[in-house]
Amino acid sequence: MTAATGTVGTTGTTGATRVAILGGGPAGLAAAQAALAAGAAVTLLDEGGRLGGQYWRHHEGLTDRRLQHGWARFERLRGVLDRAEVHTGASVWSAEASDGVVRLRAVVGAADAAGRVALDIEADAVVVATGAHDLALPVPGWTLPGVTTAGAAQALAKRDGVTVGRRTVVSGAGPFLLPVAQSLSVAGSEVVGVHEASRLGGLAAGWLPRPWQLVGKAGELVEYVGALARHRIPYRIGSGVVRVLGTDRVEGVVIAALDADWRPIPGTEREVACDSVALGHGFTPRLEVAIALGAVIEGDRRGRFVVVDESQRTSVDGVFAAGEVTGIGGADAALAEGAVAGFMAAGGALDDGRMRGPLAVRRRMRAFAARLERAHGIQPGWTSWLSDDTVVCRCENVTRRTIAVRADAPLRAMKLATRAGLGACQGRTCGRAVEAIVADAGGAPEGFDRRPVLAPVRLGEVAAVATGGPEQ
Amino acid sequence: MIRITVGDEAIEGRDGQTIAGVLIGAGRTAWRTAQTGDRGVFCGIGVCHDCLVTVNDVEGVRACQREAVDGDRVEREVRA
Ligand SMILES: Cc1cc2nc3c(=O)[nH]c(=O)nc-3n(C[C@H](O)[C@H](O)[C@H](O)COP(=O)(O)OP(=O)(O)OC[C@H]3O[C@@H](n4cnc5c(N)ncnc54)[C@H](O)[C@@H]3O)c2cc1C
Repeated sequence: MTAATGTVGTTGTTGATRVAILGGGPAGLAAAQAALAAGAAVTLLDEGGRLGGQYWRHHEGLTDRRLQHGWARFERLRGVLDRAEVHTGASVWSAEASDGVVRLRAVVGAADAAGRVALDIEADAVVVATGAHDLALPVPGWTLPGVTTAGAAQALAKRDGVTVGRRTVVSGAGPFLLPVAQSLSVAGSEVVGVHEASRLGGLAAGWLPRPWQLVGKAGELVEYVGALARHRIPYRIGSGVVRVLGTDRVEGVVIAALDADWRPIPGTEREVACDSVALGHGFTPRLEVAIALGAVIEGDRRGRFVVVDESQRTSVDGVFAAGEVTGIGGADAALAEGAVAGFMAAGGALDDGRMRGPLAVRRRMRAFAARLERAHGIQPGWTSWLSDDTVVCRCENVTRRTIAVRADAPLRAMKLATRAGLGACQGRTCGRAVEAIVADAGGAPEGFDRRPVLAPVRLGEVAAVATGGPEQ
Repeated sequence: MIRITVGDEAIEGRDGQTIAGVLIGAGRTAWRTAQTGDRGVFCGIGVCHDCLVTVNDVEGVRACQREAVDGDRVEREVRA
């Protein structure tokens, strides 16, 4: 095993600004294209085996083309990357910025393999485009096999061409539930129903008056609604899965009507048979790299994001951010923000004619994102569908009661006493839920975002870097 | 077509599938023993660590992230 030290800008134009881009989803890809256009030497890293991020997750031999949107755009973005240095399968586990120099450390190789190759990147600027993951709220029974996040159902259908079950209930909030239902149907599972927690009032304040803004340029919404109709999938607003039934695996769910606060309405419960459940109540940004770099994060329990200015610049010199780490706005917003971030990181100017398009799209999509949050944002009543013994922290099997009992302790002490959020996922899965439970019980939560290791890495790999080279 | 072993059973998958994809394609939904019961895929994108397996004697491999290779030996992990 050898250590590779990549230094950006050693190939091509000498003296060019070295821009590192972390994340190969819509935001990172658009950033790479814009930074190249502005004359920078670009290095792009992503831990996935393929570029595309969540939106363009694919495999050449397995992805059903009906599930792929805006593919021509992806091919154009990927096409310009022959002028960049691209590392896939590269997990960035350490990031720092000081004295105008950004240093990223990655290990490159098959996911979680032993003996991956170390890669150190040094750059003048970095664009953090690490995206988001699903926010699935706990429900009694949600640890049963057959329950996945909505994003997992999407990823498995798109990337691997499989579904976890044959009869799936989709439940949560937001327009993302629609493509998930379509993907499940195409990949071979009957979707029994899509349950949207928001009520019509919320939707009417959100995207209903301007549904075309959900559509973007691709006509996606029209297609999803068409798919629901074609597969005869009911779409029920103001309702959700409040309990998953089964002993060794999913056998059914309890659906209830939810009030405007997302509190189950007594007397409305009914059982539905199914063998799989897809839960998605929104998305939560992958902030750890931005935090490690020192960027200011703002927000509250409803969502915390990297703070950026008009140029997508964070509070730290040379550190830019784009895409879902700065706010949940969908792929079009990510593309526009990425273009601005990459161009500015490369030393471009905002009043350059090439920025007019991305700036206009960004403005429109941010307004849209604000309405989405108003329509589908998580409401505090959801915690009333938990029972005392519901597992909240899946890694350490910590129940609601255990967390609530310690709610008055400082968060750090609460975590140490209960182990909530201290498992393998470092609180990524349960963080928001734990905060909500602590808040319900009168505590003052927050602080699940900081993580010592940014991506899973083996001790030997860290040790190898620390001692100046990998063990031979 | 690829073939991997899970415990002492051989299962077939399609070229390019992740280990999770192969397991699910073969009808399995859970393959790790946790304190509250068996677990399989939850997040599907490498964040939650529910789907960990041992692959070719290396522990802690996220089945949803690792592309399966013909001949891989996959073993269950137990965490009581
Ligand atoms: C599972 C899932 C599926 C989704 N599917 C769709 C869909 O089908 N349609 C849709 O409209 N929207 C989908 N979304 C919403 C999606 O988040 C956005 O539409 C869009 O992909 C956001 O773009 P982005 O560039 O900001 O982030 P992403 O597309 O999430 O890209 C971020 C990239 O950063 C990489 N990364 C993060 N941390 C590190 C690290 N430490 N080291 C190396 N690489 C790292 C990730 O591997 C990822 O590829 C999905 C979201 C999720 C979570």
